[in-house]
Amino acid sequence: MATSALTWETRDGIAVVTIDLPGEPVNKISQAVKEEFIATFEALGRDPNVTAVAVFSGKRDNFIAGADIEEFVQIKTATEAERLSAGGQEMLERVARFPKPVAVGIHGACLGGGLEFALACHYRVASDHAKTQLGLPEVQLGLLPGAGGCQRLPRLIGARAALDIILAGKTERAQKAFRLGIVDELVPFPILRDVTLAAARKMAGGWRPQRTRRGGMVGWLLDGNPLGRRLVFRMARRQVLATTGGNYPAPLAALEAVEYGLRRGLRAGLKREAQLFGQLAVTDVSRKLVQIFFATTQLKKDFGIPNPPSPHEVKRLGIVGAGFMGAGIAGTAVAQAGTDVRMKDADLQRVAKGLAAARQILDDRLRRRRIPRYEHARLVALLSGDDHYTGFGRAELVIEAVFEDLAVKQGVLAEVEAATPADTVFASNTSTIPIGKIAAHARRPEQVIGMHFFSPVARMPLLEVIPSDRTAPQVVSTAVAFGRRMGKTVIVARDRPGFWVNRILAPYMNEAGYLLAEGVAVDELDQLMVSWGFPVGPFTLLDEVGLDVADKASGVLHAAFGERMAAAPAFATLVKDGRLGRKAGRGLYRYTGGKKGGVDPAVYELLEVHPNGGPHAAEIIQRLVLVMLNEAARAIGEEVVRVPRDGDVAAIFGFGFPPFRGGPLRHADDLGAPRLVGELVRLAQRFGPRFAPSEYLQQMASRNAKFYP
Amino acid sequence: MPGIDGRRRVAVVAGCRTPFCRAGSVLKSARAVDLARHAARELLERAELNGGDVEEVVFGQVVPSALVPNVAREVSLLPQFPKEIPAYSLNRACASSAQAIAVAHDALALGQAAVVIAGGVESLSDIPILASRRLADILVEAGRAKSLGARLAAFSKIRPRDLIPVSPAIAEPSTGETMGQSAEKMAKENHISREAQDRWTLRSHELAARGTDDGRLTAEIVPWFPARSDDPVITADNGIRRDTSLEQMAKLKPIFDRRYGTVTAANSSPLTDGASAVLLMEEERMRALGYAPLAFIRSYAVAAVDPGWQLLQAPIFAVPKALERAGIDWKDLGLIEIHEAFAAQVLSNLQGFAARGWEINEDIINVMGGSIAIGHPFGATGGRLVTTLANEMNRRDVQFGLVSICAQGGMGFAMVLERR
Repeated sequence: MATSALTWETRDGIAVVTIDLPGEPVNKISQAVKEEFIATFEALGRDPNVTAVAVFSGKRDNFIAGADIEEFVQIKTATEAERLSAGGQEMLERVARFPKPVAVGIHGACLGGGLEFALACHYRVASDHAKTQLGLPEVQLGLLPGAGGCQRLPRLIGARAALDIILAGKTERAQKAFRLGIVDELVPFPILRDVTLAAARKMAGGWRPQRTRRGGMVGWLLDGNPLGRRLVFRMARRQVLATTGGNYPAPLAALEAVEYGLRRGLRAGLKREAQLFGQLAVTDVSRKLVQIFFATTQLKKDFGIPNPPSPHEVKRLGIVGAGFMGAGIAGTAVAQAGTDVRMKDADLQRVAKGLAAARQILDDRLRRRRIPRYEHARLVALLSGDDHYTGFGRAELVIEAVFEDLAVKQGVLAEVEAATPADTVFASNTSTIPIGKIAAHARRPEQVIGMHFFSPVARMPLLEVIPSDRTAPQVVSTAVAFGRRMGKTVIVARDRPGFWVNRILAPYMNEAGYLLAEGVAVDELDQLMVSWGFPVGPFTLLDEVGLDVADKASGVLHAAFGERMAAAPAFATLVKDGRLGRKAGRGLYRYTGGKKGGVDPAVYELLEVHPNGGPHAAEIIQRLVLVMLNEAARAIGEEVVRVPRDGDVAAIFGFGFPPFRGGPLRHADDLGAPRLVGELVRLAQRFGPRFAPSEYLQQMASRNAKFYP
Repeated sequence: MPGIDGRRRVAVVAGCRTPFCRAGSVLKSARAVDLARHAARELLERAELNGGDVEEVVFGQVVPSALVPNVAREVSLLPQFPKEIPAYSLNRACASSAQAIAVAHDALALGQAAVVIAGGVESLSDIPILASRRLADILVEAGRAKSLGARLAAFSKIRPRDLIPVSPAIAEPSTGETMGQSAEKMAKENHISREAQDRWTLRSHELAARGTDDGRLTAEIVPWFPARSDDPVITADNGIRRDTSLEQMAKLKPIFDRRYGTVTAANSSPLTDGASAVLLMEEERMRALGYAPLAFIRSYAVAAVDPGWQLLQAPIFAVPKALERAGIDWKDLGLIEIHEAFAAQVLSNLQGFAARGWEINEDIINVMGGSIAIGHPFGATGGRLVTTLANEMNRRDVQFGLVSICAQGGMGFAMVLERR
């Protein structure tokens, strides 16, 4: 390495160490940095002028973001990974056992290996800044904190609180970290350095921090004795199994590492932790999760078009249509991007409802203490609305979220064009209607684009951006950049009916409808797909989306792609019966007081079926998954997304395709195109041409090609 | 561009207001600061103005909240504005927002600013309720106490009567006379009959109803969205009565002098919640930003009289001053907006004008009704009058218009607007 990441100087007997990885926006711990750490601490140990050490980051608003994952993915075997973990542990053991006291001043993200380092230090001071966040996100990558985190955190804050963070891969704000006892002091950023130095100096004089375990009587009962701890671990294990469905090994392994260490002592715990880390590192699940992590990281910098022009800054957003989607977009834009939002609907009472729903998103954040009260008041003042286009004259971006009907949308576009300046971008939040059609009569078709949000907007992390073939490149940049500011993962999809997400979701949903008609029970089918890894089954999803909405989308796709996309007849029957899903209070399930109840048996009567089980489980899953993979391959052939990466990320973030399977295209690669084609042919023979393998997939099979070569 | 006297011309570019609603009715859960911010933000929306172009915010308020003593600053701290816009609040009683427009005019005329938002607000649903003086003293003493014993000793002095809250009365501090009593006195001294007052009241309601129905009055109103989205959105003033008649009004008992009085709840303006905001620009900047004027401010004047005389009669001194400063005569006025605190006061004012030999043409006075029907949020009324006048001057193509406002403390305010 040309220049070093670690520098230090001694002042009044205190060595001030600064971590500043050259040429990087954030600090990461790589092998080279580790070696520097060891060398630095050796030198500090030898230097007689050094009586104590204080460590800071040289980055603005970042402490240490974690281990260098690029380096981690080079690892091939479990033994290598175990060695990596043990190496990290050894380095931090040196810090923990360093004969001179070490204090650390934390400002900015302190994650993964960064927090494990801080935990090894003898005194931790954190700034109370919003950017200061501490956490151990390793589990989200299918790993565990392998540099002593599973040992030191429970010893510091108790098993219960530690498991809470480690098993969910959580990140906590500085205030919460202080409350939990992860840091010893919480101070305003301007005095962070002085307070940390003072602590180091005090420790040099022999003082040691006295830490009392928080949590009172309950804390002692659960954390303070082996019996209570056993209960804690049993409950935690049960919860992990409930939330992961046994599909994710990392939380269980982390649980074991913590428990083992608390029973057998630090040294044995570290050893087990490294072993388990090694095993996890080479699991397929971890590989897939790391791939997704990289994919989303890349997507944060990818504007989806070659040589993207710099985006227009959106300070003011106009929203037409104050319904559920419009309000969700409004609230999220205010909450995430701090944009001034103006809502317009034909009816003031609807505007009032939309404003209230958008405000709900801000109220939620206040309740969860994600924002302070005064910030909440400021954000609320960014929401306004009218039944005219007042205020649209200054909007850089207008998003329409009106009824899903081509003529209505074209009408809104014409009105917006009349109310806005020439450089305002018009985005349609359509889920299926081609953008080119919406822009057919536009005065400025180059300013028209699709921004397809998912419901509920505040919680769904994906945004599909859809340029038509006439959309200007800068309009694409602007839409993508604003979607990112709203906190979304953004993919750019081609202007084909259904775009990417609904295109590949529709056959899957339809197949669920066919299966229902064959006598598969609603809840059983849902449960099957949940155990396969989806967050919810297709029928629950359908109730959430709304059967009428799905029906409308089906119509568009059917018209565009023919018979294979025809809606399953069962759904039409349900729509006719007014079973529109949750919003109507009745769908496939029953809803009372907004809460989902059991399956509505009237559904079976209506469809004249008896839920007698239908095909066996494996066949149900095969039909649902393969029909989706087939359509995904076909859409790839049509270049609906530019790269398989985008398609996989969109499926995972758009409708919860199981992340540990890496997305539909990764999963197709795992199965192999020849096998897929073979099974689709068999399914087509039994159930009809909707299963006929797509041409693209057949070509892949003939070459034994993969989406990810 | 500076005129020959070194002053710049000041334009009224836009104005708007919340609906004016009877105190304790649909706006009762809104705080005054919320109403003021809403009016100012909607003014930006309607004018399609960037907050960053505004250089000063001035708001009038007569009964400020103890928690928000400078309401104008809370307005200029709206996220639509940069944080660096200075702002202050002022009190010239019922002429407060007119005074805000006047001081904005001065700053613009002298080149100290080029774009100012002036407005006013009052929430009589959100007034400070005061503790009795004795209770206040005891609480202060207890707050300063150093020991628990001393604190308890202080609290032990509280007597039940100390707990009765004091709400501010609309009375003159110098004479103890309430507004209503003053109006009653003026009715008697100027021989304004009960019937004349009721007739003026009926006229106010009829004209306000007409202005609401044909949209001229509602054009200046921005909708108010209640906190609960199920409640109806408020788009119009709620004090205007369409069902009233002279017979009905005649049945009401006078409030302030039960035996010989003529002032009733009907022929007085009601306690009202609401806010108004007016966008003012120096002419040259206005043209540069691409705006057209509704009207220019030609002159204004303030006068005061002994509150022990006729408390609400000062407009008869303020108006001649303003006309003289404008260099025009009464007969040059094509439209007049007179604040209606009481019908007795309006008719007294008109009598005073007539005594100067001025001809009173009712066809050009309060053509969309006045404060009796529309309501009177003290701090906001001036902004409403200027907005209503400027808009109507455009509709009728009138060159000169007058605003006349009587105010507590024996003060009167007058402003002359001109079109070209």
